[in-house]
Amino acid sequence: MNMLESSVNQAAGAAAGAKPYLQIVDVVKKFGDNTVVDHINLNIARNEIFALLGSSGCGKSTLLRMLAGMETPSSGRIILDGEDITHLAPYERPINMMFQSYALFPHMSVAQNIAFGLKQDGLPRGEIAERVERMLELVQMKKYASRKPFQLSGGQQQRVALARSLAKRPKLLLLDEPLGALDKKLRQQTQLELVNMIEQVGVTCIMVTHDQEEAMTMAGRIGIMSDGQLLQVASPGEIYERPNCRFTAEFIGETNLFGGHVVEDEPDYVRIQSAELPRPVHIGHGITGTLGMPVWLSLRPERVGVSRQQPVGDGNWAAGTVHDIAYLGGFSIFHVRLPTGKVVKASVPATRWREEAAPTWDEPVFVSWADNDAVVLTQ
Amino acid sequence: MMSRLLSLRDSRDPAGRAARRAAWWQRLAPRGRTLVTAIPYGWLLLFFLVPFLFVLQISFSEVEIASPPYRALVERSEDVLNIALNLGNYTYIFGDPLYFDAYLGSLETAAVTTAICLLIGYPIAYTIARAPEARRNTLLMLVMLPFWTSFLVRVYAWMGILDSNGLVNQALLALGLVDAPLQLMHTQLSVQIVMVYAYLPFMILPLFSNLVKLDGRLLEAAADLGCRPWKTFLTVTLPLSKNGVVAGSMLVFIPAVGEFVIPELVGTPESLMIGKVLWMEFFDNNNWPMAASVTIVMLALLILPIVYLHKREEKALARAARR
Ligand SMILES: Nc1ncnc2c1ncn2[C@@H]1O[C@H](COP(=O)(O)OP(=O)(O)OP(=O)(O)O)[C@@H](O)[C@H]1O
Ligand SMILES: [Mg+2]
Repeated sequence: MNMLESSVNQAAGAAAGAKPYLQIVDVVKKFGDNTVVDHINLNIARNEIFALLGSSGCGKSTLLRMLAGMETPSSGRIILDGEDITHLAPYERPINMMFQSYALFPHMSVAQNIAFGLKQDGLPRGEIAERVERMLELVQMKKYASRKPFQLSGGQQQRVALARSLAKRPKLLLLDEPLGALDKKLRQQTQLELVNMIEQVGVTCIMVTHDQEEAMTMAGRIGIMSDGQLLQVASPGEIYERPNCRFTAEFIGETNLFGGHVVEDEPDYVRIQSAELPRPVHIGHGITGTLGMPVWLSLRPERVGVSRQQPVGDGNWAAGTVHDIAYLGGFSIFHVRLPTGKVVKASVPATRWREEAAPTWDEPVFVSWADNDAVVLTQ
Repeated sequence: MMSRLLSLRDSRDPAGRAARRAAWWQRLAPRGRTLVTAIPYGWLLLFFLVPFLFVLQISFSEVEIASPPYRALVERSEDVLNIALNLGNYTYIFGDPLYFDAYLGSLETAAVTTAICLLIGYPIAYTIARAPEARRNTLLMLVMLPFWTSFLVRVYAWMGILDSNGLVNQALLALGLVDAPLQLMHTQLSVQIVMVYAYLPFMILPLFSNLVKLDGRLLEAAADLGCRPWKTFLTVTLPLSKNGVVAGSMLVFIPAVGEFVIPELVGTPESLMIGKVLWMEFFDNNNWPMAASVTIVMLALLILPIVYLHKREEKALARAARR
């Protein structure tokens, strides 16, 4: 084998390795003339944990149900591990789903519920028993193997539902609001536990949630959905720090949004004038846009500083009065009203001032931020 | 009670009085609830248990040409209390194969009726339960529609259909499938057909009310776990509708065992069913004690297995809860 040939082979191998495990190609779902999933394209890598995040009714469950085969796409294709599964029946797909409501079989014990999928594969009895045993161990439900679902708490049912969907070692695991039925405290405890269990088994996983904290804790990548469309797909950090549109910026975390337009457009900086701010905002990098073009600025509360002294410099600060203070323990949210009427939220750590020294209601203060803190959004 | 009322009047402070009045009401409240539950109990006591005890008593007495035509169990003749418990009726029932055959015939007919009603009724109930909600009520109305006409009229209509020059035979003759009319009326077949027809709604309604509650996501979950539709039906739908099946089967089986009108009108004269035997003992032979015994045995035949199954289920549930 000569050098050239081997390098060609390598390239081919690399290309095959980079080929996404799951491809969702231009998938559309319409109910009547109501388009619920609107031309979605998405690639998922093997062993990835991906979260679909969006407000209620945006089509997350519908997309998931199309992957599971419970709905057929109006158009588009779904390819899993090189195989086109768009039109396979749900019982023919190597995909298992954990339902929003768990959907445990009420007439079967915990062990029988977990064994159900394995039995459909016609595995030998001994192997079924062994795998059920291992699943019970994984979700720490061994003690409850012979209980019926109605004899379990919500958290325990959730574990059984997970065990049941993992037992077949599916090529793709779908979780629809996996922790939706649990209370907030239990949710937070369970999030990392759930990720651990999924990683132990080593399956590719797509989960749906409308809880951003849950998505950020559990997933490696997040897709923001709105109105049937996928607006942004990125890592949690990137989604938070560099949202690509107004919806994402507002949907993930808290933010201050200012409408404005570009008044200076240079290769290494831009200035944006907003009617809601007294002076232009300076951004320390160039943007792809034109002079005068309307844009939005997203400014996270934790990037906004509050001070009694007037900040130096000619941009990126504003004077105002304290309108409201929300004390949240580790930090407080100051609502500062500017003369323009706009209220800017600033997150101030508890360590900034001792309690009695902090600015109080109606006190004049200044808000300020650094050059690169505001994110420019063009849509 | 009297002293309580007095002490209530004695009390001077209004707060204490109010509290006492509240306590008084609380005492009354559960009584109200008892009253409400007492109504069905009272009804059952008066119209089921008391008549049943009468029947039981008569079954242990002897025939007499009198009015009523039996001798009382307890008689008082000159300071001597005479209790004559007559087991003769029962020994007679168990001794004479006529009764045994009649019981067996009735149980068999009822069992076949129940089985066929289940086979036909289940798919109907399932279809109605899975139909869009707007259409469900219409379909249910259609199931119940026959009840608007008299039961007897409907049986007579069947006689018109099954008669030797009835609809079925005319159709068969016209199509040239048979040369002479078939004997459909007054056969076991006609009894079975009319009984299934008459009892079908009693199977469909409880099955429907059970199946309509079935969570569609369970079926999706089964499919998701690799279970084909037919197997999903056998492993999920059917076991979960067990209570509906049991309720429907009992509603059909129990009255079908004692059915008298249908075999009388469309059945064979020679095949004896227990309802017919009962009728004959009561009206033809004027033998009330014998009729009563036949009834008691029939009741025992029906109730004992039900009680046994119920007990077994309770035990199984208790065992599952303990684990
Ligand atoms: N079978 C259906 N027929 C008609 N419309 C449907 C059907 N299923 C879903 N829809 C509609 O599609 C839209 C998206 O529904 P979907 O269940 O996917 O939302 P979701 O993003 O999962 O919301 P949630 O967070 O509340 O679960 C909704 O407006 C819903 O009314
Ligand atoms: Mg949903």
